[in-house]
Amino acid sequence: MENKSILLVGVGGQGAILTAKILTKGLIASGYDVKMSEVHGMSQRGGSVSTQVHFGEKVWSPVIGNGAADILVAFEKMEAVRYAKFLKPDGIAVINDFEMPSSTVAAGLAEYPEGCLEAMQGIFKTYSLKAGEIAAKVGSPKCMNVVLFGALVKALKLDDIDWENIIRDTVPPKFIDLNVAAFQAGYNAI
Amino acid sequence: MIYNLYNSFIECKNIKKRNDAKVKHLLSGNEAIARGLFEAGALVCSAYPGTPSTEIFEELPKYSDSLYCEWAPNEKVATEVAYGACIAGARSASAMKHVGMNVAADPLFTAAYNGVNAGFIVITADDPSMHSSQNEQDNRWYALHAKVPCIEPSDSQECKDFIREAYEISEKYDMPVIFRTTTRVSHSKSLVEFGERTEAEHREYRKSTKYNCAPAFAYQNRAKLEKNFSALEDYSNICPLQKMEMKGSKIGVITASIAYEYAKDVFPEDTSFLKLGLTNPMPMKLIREFASKVEKLYVIEELDPYMEMQIKAAGIDCIGKDLVSGKYELNPQLLREQLFGVKAETADVGVTPVSRPPALCPGCPHRGFFYIMGKKKYTVTGDIGCYTLGASAPLNGADTCICMGGGFTVGAGMAKAFEMLGEKKKVFGVVGDSTFFHSGITGAVEIIYNNADTIPVVLDNHITGMTGHQDNPGSGYNLKGEVAEAIKAENILSACGFHKILIVDPYDLKAVEKAAEEAIASEERAAIICRRPCLLIKREKIEKSLCSVDREKCIGCKSCLRVGCPALMMKDGKAFIDPNQCAGCTVCAQVCPKSAISRKEN
Repeated sequence: MENKSILLVGVGGQGAILTAKILTKGLIASGYDVKMSEVHGMSQRGGSVSTQVHFGEKVWSPVIGNGAADILVAFEKMEAVRYAKFLKPDGIAVINDFEMPSSTVAAGLAEYPEGCLEAMQGIFKTYSLKAGEIAAKVGSPKCMNVVLFGALVKALKLDDIDWENIIRDTVPPKFIDLNVAAFQAGYNAI
Repeated sequence: MIYNLYNSFIECKNIKKRNDAKVKHLLSGNEAIARGLFEAGALVCSAYPGTPSTEIFEELPKYSDSLYCEWAPNEKVATEVAYGACIAGARSASAMKHVGMNVAADPLFTAAYNGVNAGFIVITADDPSMHSSQNEQDNRWYALHAKVPCIEPSDSQECKDFIREAYEISEKYDMPVIFRTTTRVSHSKSLVEFGERTEAEHREYRKSTKYNCAPAFAYQNRAKLEKNFSALEDYSNICPLQKMEMKGSKIGVITASIAYEYAKDVFPEDTSFLKLGLTNPMPMKLIREFASKVEKLYVIEELDPYMEMQIKAAGIDCIGKDLVSGKYELNPQLLREQLFGVKAETADVGVTPVSRPPALCPGCPHRGFFYIMGKKKYTVTGDIGCYTLGASAPLNGADTCICMGGGFTVGAGMAKAFEMLGEKKKVFGVVGDSTFFHSGITGAVEIIYNNADTIPVVLDNHITGMTGHQDNPGSGYNLKGEVAEAIKAENILSACGFHKILIVDPYDLKAVEKAAEEAIASEERAAIICRRPCLLIKREKIEKSLCSVDREKCIGCKSCLRVGCPALMMKDGKAFIDPNQCAGCTVCAQVCPKSAISRKEN
């Protein structure tokens, strides 16, 4: 198998870290070499954030540049467009159909671009889902990140791994059922 | 010699294979360095937080049963504390971000002359591309300049393992060791196998003139350093941290740190590598032999041509910065493009995203202060921290940001210049609480001693915010979370000679404005403290409430948007407050000309 690179992007505070944690845990348990990269500091103050996960038999670089991600999971749709150049032209996009205005948009200094989702669909193999609404239906909008994780697993055909067990092992006991349900809902949403 | 090295590398690989069944932990480089300090028998560790180095010390309290760790007021103090501990006989370490090394350089250079008793490591984390920094200085030059060893790990396993080797080199060659990472080494996570802690052999403290840098002893220490460094040069050629991987004879790559990982992705399978873990002194014998075995030699390194310049100075031809950029961070795709002209294929989506700049959080106590500074168009010299964001639009509340502690002193210099130029203009010099203790206090002394027309302002939010909430001498807790003396900025300012200290709640805009005017008009030397804890401090039980807009009253004038709050936005021509983000600070309500914003009391 060739190494795979996963790029998770969103806005600070959307929960990409937990997603990456569950993902890496499962990949390590399956015997893959795994490397992960994220940027701390300034970017967490409401800025655009990205986390990268790379896995395979042996992974060298913990970061990728342009045109190197196999799959892009965007927690917000303008962020999908921002990071699209990192995706291989034949790569897959999983996009949360959700709009979060930036401070410049909120202040009326810029306009949120139209057609983010459609532009991605026009070029990449794209799965879109309203992860927040799906999460609210299974119990809490906060598990939106795990809904997206379910979609990621299906899109990347990572079915060999017992993800439910990994989730059980990662989240606090009282949130297990909720997160497992969120995972399944996300998996079935695409 | 070369073949011995090569064989030892193979052996290493085999050992690794046999241990494959061992548990592996996904650790960041910083977490692995902390683990390395624990395993190698470190006893006293001191640091000042700074991205990307902070998590090393956030991790250390885990090992408190075996070692002592602390946040020092600044990097110089941390390095002096660690150096003192090594003189007394404890393996020690200090840690800092790259610019922290500028602060710690004084004790480092003298420690190089004096030497050590137990091992002493100075950890520095560089930040190529300035993800969270003011420059991208390459701290390997410090090693060359101070004549101390420089050790560079390239992944988390090496971050852990190389610490032990660093201590051995420090003790054997009688000098401090610089342990240098970059953002990607510190923050990326890779798999690590743990080892056991071994206590270092006890090195009893003996009084010696070598620890006294008085000129007569420094004269002797200078010669000692040269002698030890020369011995280290020989060792660099046989050091197990230098790994030679001979494959083909066409291309050879000399590399170190994270650039090794990038180069492994980019160069063809049959490329030979000389991967250096000890980059000062450079192993010139080994490099010469490696160079003679390959037709084309590349030197791949991030930032400055640090290795390349030395290799070229030794008369060895190589390709490096003529192709590879010396500025900003590299990655495999960028490296491939720069080396071989192969651009990564990308697809253009044809939609341009708008920027998402970082901003002060909703409810941030700094907002009120900078709003007033911007509104009154005062000259404000700022400093390093979350409050750097107060300089940006729409607040526009600060003029400069230079370095830690510079808020007071750059302000003092500007005030002196205005005075000499005949302009009557007071300057507000701003620092945070952590910055005040870091290097603001000497600035306060400068303002009084030399009578500068500067009003010092401490934005006291009870925490070191930007680096992710570390305690400091004013917060009342230490690194281990134990209660500590909470040192009050007003007591220090008062002792310096500021007899009028105005303490205000920055949520109260009128109070901030009044304090600023009062400080300007004051006959006595005045200072301002804006005091309110950061909303994100977990142990502070801060009651949040909610502001909302009365759409009937709102005239859509956008005055409220001038406070730059992420929770505020326009919706259908009227102001709207996102209830999920609002913290109820009321700063926006205070600037509304129509009293259209009100807070719900809980």
